[in-house]
Amino acid sequence: MIKYFKQGVFVLSIIPFVLIVYKTFYNKLGPEPVKEITHFTGEWTLIFICLTLAMSPLKRFTNLNFWIKIRRMLGLFVFFYATLHLFTYVGIDYRFEWQPILDDVVKKKYVFIGFAAWLLLIPLAATSSQKMIKILKQNWKKLHKLIYVIAIFGSLHYIWLSKTIFFKPLIYSLIIILLLLLRIRFKKTT
Amino acid sequence: MKKIKYSEITPEKIYKNRRSFIKSLGLGASSLAISSISFLNSASAKNRDELTSYKDITTYNNYYEFGTSKSDPYRNSQIFKTTPWEIAIEGEVEKAIKLSMEEISEMFVSEERIYRLRCVEGWSMVIPWMGFSLSKLLSKVNPTSKAKFVEFESIYDPTQMKGQRYPVLNWPYNEGLRLDEAMHPLTTVVTGLYGKKLPNQNGAPLRIFIPWKYGFKSAKAIVKIKFVENMPTSSWMWASPREYGFYSNVNPNVDHPRWSQATERIIGEGVWAPRVKTLMFNGYGDEVANLYTGMDLKKYF
Ligand code: HEM
Repeated sequence: MIKYFKQGVFVLSIIPFVLIVYKTFYNKLGPEPVKEITHFTGEWTLIFICLTLAMSPLKRFTNLNFWIKIRRMLGLFVFFYATLHLFTYVGIDYRFEWQPILDDVVKKKYVFIGFAAWLLLIPLAATSSQKMIKILKQNWKKLHKLIYVIAIFGSLHYIWLSKTIFFKPLIYSLIIILLLLLRIRFKKTT
Repeated sequence: MKKIKYSEITPEKIYKNRRSFIKSLGLGASSLAISSISFLNSASAKNRDELTSYKDITTYNNYYEFGTSKSDPYRNSQIFKTTPWEIAIEGEVEKAIKLSMEEISEMFVSEERIYRLRCVEGWSMVIPWMGFSLSKLLSKVNPTSKAKFVEFESIYDPTQMKGQRYPVLNWPYNEGLRLDEAMHPLTTVVTGLYGKKLPNQNGAPLRIFIPWKYGFKSAKAIVKIKFVENMPTSSWMWASPREYGFYSNVNPNVDHPRWSQATERIIGEGVWAPRVKTLMFNGYGDEVANLYTGMDLKKYF
């Protein structure tokens, strides 16, 4: 049962990717196609961050363990979409012209913090295997708390890149704050 | 990158060399104007000199009164009422006046003016506006000696403009120009585009367009033009003074805190098209650079 559930989640998670590839090759991205891909992959990165963070509260509310079983996979999709997002920016938008990219990373705080978030995802993705969990033991949990920092960086990235906080950056930030607050209470009461 | 001569697309040259001015008051000359456009299209170079499609110009807009996403203005502005419409010209003038849209279209001949639009977000279009120089409209009043700036106020009507129900900006939208900028012949009062009446999502019934400044300087749906003594605080300056200056001239050497302004994307090109270099004053330097001689454009951004 759990196995089919996991496969189902995998297929669902891959749909945004299929969609953006389809749109790219069939010219359905609208007047500003590169920005469309950047925004699409960026938003899905953030959505997967929220989903990943929602799993342990869901487990608590429903008392079902399978939420935890898909958490790692959702986390890997965060890395997948974040990397696509980064690649869109570096490869498609700036065509690997490193000078303007480096300028942006250093000078634009939203790029800086987005890049920092992506860097922080690397150790998490690298230690996501069953084997690494065994090797790292208690430290694995500690290490993977980095996702909280990544979530905060991600929402700051969104706020800083938007001309106004209304409405999507605000909505995502509130969701992330809520998901993080749920944890604080959880710890104190148990 | 090939250097683009902006004279290639400034209307003066096109009209002088290729045909006489279209005398148009909006709808009347639409067929004439459109036939001229296909001619222009085939005659012009690629990329930056090619007109952006009517569809992109009218469905990809920043017009926060109707919502913050690019597709909102088209979707939310269709029932916007632009009649009756009156524009007040007031402030530091000998005698303030009010003009209706009908009076304005009787008084002034709209001609086709093809200008590049560079958005502060780093994209650009080439738009065949219909309009006339703002200086002609402003000449209907006599400014007093105190008048140093011109302020533009857009309509405030939250019942019709959803976006105004939220404090996204300090409504009504406010913009301004120095008097000499306002009197510059390139500063245009826009009443139409592609030979047609101006669509609501593009600022109907009347907006201004300043081709050498970032798009947000060109206020839409204007109801009031005011001569003032002191530099006005525009809506965007009010929202974020660090990011938006009063002048907001297109300048590849001065970055916006969030975006590099060195390059831009041309709307309507495919995914694989590269960015192109942004031109000083959006390519209108020959015409307007003298307005800013001796000014530190990094300081007065
Ligand atoms: C965990 C990491 C990241 C998250 C969660 C994230 C999220 C987002 C989101 C939600 C958007 C806006 C989408 C929209 O407006 O609909 C966005 C836009 C963007 N992101 Fe990221 N991002 C991340 C990392 C990065 C990195 C590493 C870079 C580049 C080095 C980057 C560069 C950009 C750019 C250039 C935009 C578009 C800005 C514009 O509209 O001009 N992001 N990102």
